[in-house]
This record gives sequence, structure tokens and C-alpha cells, in this order.
Amino acid sequence: MTTHQLLRRGLWALLAIAAVCVPAWAAFAPIHSDSRELTYEIPKGTFARRQAGEKFDLIPSEIRLTIGVQDVLVMKNHDVVPHLFGPVLIMPDQSFRLPFRKASTYIFTCPLHTSGLLTIVVDPEPELGWTRLRWRTAAAAQRAAAL
Amino acid sequence: MKSTSTRASSGTSRPRASASEALPSPAGLSRALLVSLLLVVGLAAQAASAPELRGGVFEPPRAAPDFSLKGTNGAEFKLSSYRGKVVALAFGYTHCPSVCPTTLAFLAEARRKLAAAGADFQVVYVTVDPERDTAQQLKGFLASFDPTFVGATGTPQQLAGVRKDYGITVSDKIFVETLPKSSYFLDHSSFIYLIDRGGRIREMMPYGVSADDMEHDVKMLLAK
Repeated sequence: MTTHQLLRRGLWALLAIAAVCVPAWAAFAPIHSDSRELTYEIPKGTFARRQAGEKFDLIPSEIRLTIGVQDVLVMKNHDVVPHLFGPVLIMPDQSFRLPFRKASTYIFTCPLHTSGLLTIVVDPEPELGWTRLRWRTAAAAQRAAAL
Repeated sequence: MKSTSTRASSGTSRPRASASEALPSPAGLSRALLVSLLLVVGLAAQAASAPELRGGVFEPPRAAPDFSLKGTNGAEFKLSSYRGKVVALAFGYTHCPSVCPTTLAFLAEARRKLAAAGADFQVVYVTVDPERDTAQQLKGFLASFDPTFVGATGTPQQLAGVRKDYGITVSDKIFVETLPKSSYFLDHSSFIYLIDRGGRIREMMPYGVSADDMEHDVKMLLAK
């Protein structure tokens, strides 16, 4: 067998191993997240901008979280006046950290939105196997699209 | 022969250590390193396993605005009179079809789970419907969940002031065609504030949390 043939065989073997190992890793490896917090901030001057008639959304009307991945909602008020942010009144320079432990859809009244509601959808932690593989693939696609 | 090992200075009898005494032996150094390592590991483990509050936590916590309303016992109700206890502050109305009964039922369950510690846990329920919720009405309603729960009502202006201080929202009356005008409904904030013994708002429990979570957090606040 020539060196060239040996190299080709080695390459095919490596590809075959990768074809098995990568999906297996994606389906069964534990999920690691740099931060489980999703943070929204009220910048300084928000009240003044609103008083001047400017209209803008500080936070989307629907927020999506995933248990075990990103399951803590953090809201920070850097403005000089208290703000009703989602469900709670947050004082200037105060933060509010809300962890979610159960997958569900949480609906809060929220005067910041025209609907008057803030919906927080908390998805369950992707289960081992096919669900986790699909979740990882979707997350990778999302990251690639954001680049 | 001149002694070089010790020299007593005036006013002290402490001998000066020799160079070999000042430096720890290799065994001593290893022991010190081991103790330091164990200490660091112990502290890290403690920090990692330190229980956290399960509700939404405010940082830094602010003083709970005090208010004075009419209590379910007919006397003046002041929130500050419950300093020293952990207070669960909820807003609602006695004709509420689902949210309030669910909330009060799980608060009653949490209090039962707390057993003796529950003596320092006080549930305060402020009405958002002063038109129908008299002190007597509130008293009967709350007693059906737990006789220790206290309620408060007041004039629409007083209650609006309290709601503003706590960021509580309430809708206009919602009428149903098939029901008489007196049977209206209200949409209102459904979360519960937890106020610590020092009268500071420590956290917010969203609607739907379990009695176990409530018990867990109240225990933590009672311990502080």
C-alpha cells in the first residue's frame, strides 16, 4: 500500500470517527453556558426621553428562556427615577434578578407595552439525545447567523 | 565566650530568634500549605453550595414604604408594626375568581410547612377593591385560608397611593354581560413581596411559585 493510500484511509477513518462522535457529543454532553442571566437595562435618561415624547421599547413583549441554559432574568435601572420594568418597580441603581426553575409561560402585567403584558416563555432543559442534538444544532445555526 | 544567640533589650525579655528558628521547617511549610488549601477549598465549596433565594431578588433592597390603612380587626393597620417578622405582602380582592384564592392557599400551605417558625411569618393582604372589600369582608375571606392572615382596606385614594409605592397595577372594572353590574372583575398584579425583619423589600415571588419555594425563602429570611 502506498503512502498516499494510507493517508486517504486515515483521513476517511478520521471523518468516520468525527461523524459518530460529534453528534454523540451534541446529543449527550452536558450543556454549558457562560452566563445563565439574560440582562435588560434601563439607561440613564430614559425618563427624560419619554417626557420629551419619544416612544421606544426597553424590553420585548416576549422573552424566551431555557432552563439550565439561560434561566435568570436580570433587570437593571440606571435611570434617575423608579421604573416599572416588567412586573416590578425598580428603584434607581437597583437591580432585580428573577430565576426561573420551572418551564412554563409566565404572563405579567407591564405598562411598558401597548398590550399591557409581558410574556416570559421558559422552555424546559433540552433532554438528552435527539432533543439536545436538535437544540444544539439550532443554537449553532443561530450563532452562525448572528456573525 | 561571647553569646551571640540572645540579647535582651531593655524592657523586654523576649529572645531574638535565630535565622533557623524564623524560617518554618519543610514539614511545617507543607502543613501550612495544606491547611490553607483546605481552607480555600472549604470556602469555595461553601460559596458554591450557599443556598440562594428562589424568588426575584432586589439588590440593594429598599425600605418597604410604610402605609396606614384600616385593618381587618377594625383598628388602624400599619405595615411597620410588623417589623421583626418576615412579611408576605399581597394585593388582590375577595371576589377574585382564581389568582387570589390560589395565592392565599399556597401562602397558607407555606405557613403550615414552616410550623413553629411560621409564628414570625405574617401574611398581609391589601385589597384593590375598596368598594366591595370592607374590613369585615376581608376578615371572613382571609380566615377561610388561615386565621393569622391580616388584611387592609382604605379609601380609593389611600389604596392608590399604596399601589403606586409598590408598583402594583389594577385594571378598570371588567363587566360580564350575563352578570349583574355588582359582579365585576379586576385584573391586578399577582406577585407577592417578601419583606425581611428589618422592613426591607428583599424579593418578589411571581404568581405560580410553589409553597416549597415560599417556605424555603421565608426560612432563609427568618434566619438572617
